[in-house]
Amino acid sequence: MGLTREEVLHIARLARVGLSEEDVARFQEQLSEILDHFDVLRQVDTESVPPTSHTLDLQNVTSPDQVRDSFPRKEVLANAPLPEEGFFRVRAVLE
Amino acid sequence: MEEGALELHYLTVHEASRLLAQREITSRQLTEAVLERIRQVDGRVRAYVTVTEDVALQQAEEADARLARGDATSLTGIPVCIKDVVCTRGVRTTCSSRILENFVPPYDAHVTERLREAGAVMVGKSNMDEFAMGSSTENSGFFPTHNPWDLERVPGGSSGGSAAGVAAGECLFALGSDTGGSIRQPASLCGVAGLKPTYGRVSRFGLVAFASSLDQIGPLARDVRDCALAMDFIAGYDPRDSTSAPMEVPDFTAALGGDLAGLRIGVPKEYFPEGMDAGVRQVISEAVRVMEGLGASVDWEVSLPSTRYALACYYIIAPSEASANLARYDGVKYGFSYQEGDSMWENMEKTRQHGFGDEVKRRIMLGTYALSAGYYDAYYLKAQKVRTLIRREFDAAFQSCDVLACPVSPTPAFRLGEKVDDPFQMYLSDVCTLPINIAGLPAISVPAGFVPAGGGPEGQRLPVGLQLIGRPFDEATVLRAAYAFQEATAWHKARPLL
Repeated sequence: MGLTREEVLHIARLARVGLSEEDVARFQEQLSEILDHFDVLRQVDTESVPPTSHTLDLQNVTSPDQVRDSFPRKEVLANAPLPEEGFFRVRAVLE
Repeated sequence: MEEGALELHYLTVHEASRLLAQREITSRQLTEAVLERIRQVDGRVRAYVTVTEDVALQQAEEADARLARGDATSLTGIPVCIKDVVCTRGVRTTCSSRILENFVPPYDAHVTERLREAGAVMVGKSNMDEFAMGSSTENSGFFPTHNPWDLERVPGGSSGGSAAGVAAGECLFALGSDTGGSIRQPASLCGVAGLKPTYGRVSRFGLVAFASSLDQIGPLARDVRDCALAMDFIAGYDPRDSTSAPMEVPDFTAALGGDLAGLRIGVPKEYFPEGMDAGVRQVISEAVRVMEGLGASVDWEVSLPSTRYALACYYIIAPSEASANLARYDGVKYGFSYQEGDSMWENMEKTRQHGFGDEVKRRIMLGTYALSAGYYDAYYLKAQKVRTLIRREFDAAFQSCDVLACPVSPTPAFRLGEKVDDPFQMYLSDVCTLPINIAGLPAISVPAGFVPAGGGPEGQRLPVGLQLIGRPFDEATVLRAAYAFQEATAWHKARPLL
């Protein structure tokens, strides 16, 4: 069960990862091989088995709704690619 | 004590701590010795992404002042190396990725805070597989790390820099992270001890996330006692990590010592697959016999049948979680940011195209696929159910065993370049370690011997680690068993020729 080129392009679009033509071909082959291996899970009977999302006995862990200081703005923007007047400059989201 | 007779950089943490407390050496001397060692060997080993010389010397001075005041801890003044996936305030934290090449965190991870409070001296940030995805450190976005035992071979991964750094005397201990074996496997390949705690035992606050239900931070060191010591400082509940277990933390160093009378060891058959290196098989069998000699009883017929599904289970769950965790790298608030596109989306896509390496892209795509509409049930949900089965089998085994003993890696260190072009072959390096992360259990790799290097020069030998797995939150028994084994052997005293 291999991935088609279209599927690879679709996944890349969902993940917002740009791919070169060479990448598409290479990943198509490598991902198909890996996915083939996943077929082994079809052999497992999991009919009445509950899923485990993590191995702890914790659920709905909350923190108290307290107002606290966050970082100073200068620190928040220190790694920003395009800081401008105290904001993160981005490209237009809407046309 | 003659300082010249000691190789300061090869002191254990507990030996160094004693010498510091007795004022026989200073932290400054110790730190300078480690920095000098780094200058001598790191050009060849390449364990470090960033060496923090100024910070280290500053911290060493503060440590010496603290020691003089009598206000020190067992880690005060001790040079430590931190895997570059752990946030260190004001110090570049790259995850060995171009996308974070210049990222400087505005905060410390929980474990970083703990080390600072204890007065440890940070000598630098260690190299890794990019975003912790890999088993050889060849996926680093910058350069590979070389195994100190044979510079043409890999140190393992993804905590390859930490393991190599410890093995080469470039720090006294290190922190790494383990999601599918990333502390234990490089520890095994580099001949050092490395512990992955129970999931939830050490806070993940400030650990750059790869797979949120699998990641754990843990110590690497040349001595199991040092691992226990590090755990005394880094383990424990942290309200900032919603997956931090609100469990009491025992005194891990106090648990060490004594023989293994009454300890029930189980050896799971499935961890010795056909085709595993014969030398490794022999080292592990002999190691278990040593433990038998120390009073343990051994059940050689333990079976964990779902082991064969662990690889698929892991390579669905981990990439799925990674695809969500790495969605934040979009060039907007930090990190590499491509600006020449025609649109916001193009900028994001190119940022990620140029910022991420191949393995990271592969895993993001695997995960995206496994979670996507039409495939979620068949892949992710199925893998989560198999996860339940894997955990149940361990729980059943622990009804009649206290620890399980098995290999860490089916082979010793392989050559640089040998597996990079075959991702699936690389994944097979972790078959003995992945199930433990899936089940959330604590496990250690402890040096257990050496094997001839296949195809290597005559007489060349490579390290092999023994894996000991414990019940949830029972690091104390795992450490105690590993320590007893260590003290009955001398493997941990061997040093690479550098």
